[in-house]
Amino acid sequence: MAETLLNPSSSPADTAPVAYETRDMLLNVGPQHPAMHGIIRIVVRLDGETVKGVDVEIGYLHRGFEKMCEQGGYNHAIPYTDRLNYVSPLINNVGYCMAIEKLMGLTVPERGQYIRVIMSEISRITDHLTCIGASAMELGAFTVFLYMIKAREYLWELIEMVTGARLTISYCRVGGVKADLPEGFEERTRGAIRQVREVLKECDKLLTRNRIFVDRMKGIGVLSRADALAYSVTGPFLRSTGVNYDVRKAQPYLVYDRLQFEVPLGQHGDNLDRYFCRMEEMEQSLRIVEQCLTQLPGGPIQVDDEGRPMAAAEMVDEAKMGRIQAIAGAAPVTDPTLEGTNKSFSQRVNAPAKRAVLPPKDDTYGNIEGLMQHFKLIMYGHGIRPPKGEVYQAVEGANGELGFYVVSDGTDKPYRVRVRPPCLPIMATLPIILTDDMLADIVPTFGSVNMIGGELDR
Amino acid sequence: MPEPALFSARIQAQFPAGVLATHQFRGDDTVVVRPEALREVAQFLRDDPACACLVLSDATAVDYLKYPSGQEQSPSGTVPTTRFEVVYHLYSLEHNQRVRVKVPVEAAAPQVESLTPVWPAANWFEREIWDMFGIRFAGHPNLKRLLMYEEFDGHPLRKDYPVTKRQPLIGPAT
Repeated sequence: MAETLLNPSSSPADTAPVAYETRDMLLNVGPQHPAMHGIIRIVVRLDGETVKGVDVEIGYLHRGFEKMCEQGGYNHAIPYTDRLNYVSPLINNVGYCMAIEKLMGLTVPERGQYIRVIMSEISRITDHLTCIGASAMELGAFTVFLYMIKAREYLWELIEMVTGARLTISYCRVGGVKADLPEGFEERTRGAIRQVREVLKECDKLLTRNRIFVDRMKGIGVLSRADALAYSVTGPFLRSTGVNYDVRKAQPYLVYDRLQFEVPLGQHGDNLDRYFCRMEEMEQSLRIVEQCLTQLPGGPIQVDDEGRPMAAAEMVDEAKMGRIQAIAGAAPVTDPTLEGTNKSFSQRVNAPAKRAVLPPKDDTYGNIEGLMQHFKLIMYGHGIRPPKGEVYQAVEGANGELGFYVVSDGTDKPYRVRVRPPCLPIMATLPIILTDDMLADIVPTFGSVNMIGGELDR
Repeated sequence: MPEPALFSARIQAQFPAGVLATHQFRGDDTVVVRPEALREVAQFLRDDPACACLVLSDATAVDYLKYPSGQEQSPSGTVPTTRFEVVYHLYSLEHNQRVRVKVPVEAAAPQVESLTPVWPAANWFEREIWDMFGIRFAGHPNLKRLLMYEEFDGHPLRKDYPVTKRQPLIGPAT
């Protein structure tokens, strides 16, 4: 046998092509593979390097969000929503609070609505920056990743300035937002917008006409329009196939109907079109933020000249000793972390609804009505009590339609909170869009899904 | 622009025997249908040009264990006759309208007909409902758990599943 291998020409019968038996190979990608972003397992059936079949397994990041929401009051779920889509947590906050407000029939004051739009759009940009940056990095364009994370940093600084946190922001409240915008926000935002635009221009130069990038993205991961609709795909993924559906346009919420922006559409439904849609959406979001800054209602802050400032803790001590006369009319100075929650600010951004909105801290510390209102909302067994009923509220998340279905039984705890995660239907289409592509194409296609484990697995 | 006709009214006119109730709350249009009629209603909602609900936005379920049948009005505004309700949210791109379709499901051997043949999106949604509530879907092509693992015992979103319950760790046999 060894002789024939060493000297093949010795037996002429062996030179004829042999039909080798081939077998499909099963390959396990993830959940530890870095391009799977940690928490997805994809089992692919390979014929050579061509993907013939895909089985997607999710659930590695399941934390029981929906079960936990049923355990506490309505406001208790807000920090959990931060951790759904952890790249754009503010949109989750807005969506959840809007669902409860719809249940209660509340309307947030205009300024509060504008602030929510500003924060949502900033979050949308951070989300798209992360998605494009990460998927460009996975294709070898590490520079783009660093540039985009730099741009995201400018925006996260804004978010930190407003909410006090970068990721776990818990900024929205049922009926409004936690605090008004800080001083100098407009100026800082305009500066950040200018810087982000510069970065986007640079990245556009690095990617859009980059042969390697385009070759890896174009015609890869194609999803047809019919399939996208049948699988209820939404967001940039759906729009890249040419379907014009954006919740902000179709069923405008907050003040989106007063703002001018375009909904970018693709044609081919491939990775490249998704990239273009996301890049253009960032520009549109910047436009929205600029318009909001111009239109933001507010006016001068009302300052009570007669109120003498006094530390809140000191005021409580005085009141405990019964020296109420001495502190009558004094304005308590609250902790710096409560900046923007004083009465003059609070009333501009929160609905005047005593059954849902915490009173401003001046009232909580300063008068008995405020204190009672505070306790009625905070104490165990009290809290927000929406009427019996069920609502479905959709907002346009960075990945698509983010829906909250809330059932209230009239008590202080939600009977059922269901999140419709935008990622889940997209992940369900993976077997379609990955099949017949090459194994290496899994990485850019999966990157363009922008799978966020927090909202996918909840 | 004239007010568009509600999908629930259209369904009621089309399937008078299949509809149990309809209601509107905060602008959400809801129709409760009999389990036997679900498949037909779904097909009609998708194919009828006046509805054209091409998108199944969401499908989920609610466990009304705490609301024994007929005793108290349930949160959904209708007197529950069964323990579970499966809830579908449909959206029509063409008419820019949403409708909620609900189906009551019995507590004993809960089962509904699968809508995967009508909307492929139902595939994963129904797997999640099976996983979380233990409701089976007849005719589903691949009804296995979606978020939890195969060895998991019970269905965590049922109201009688204690939130503090712990399950043994699983792993490769040593």
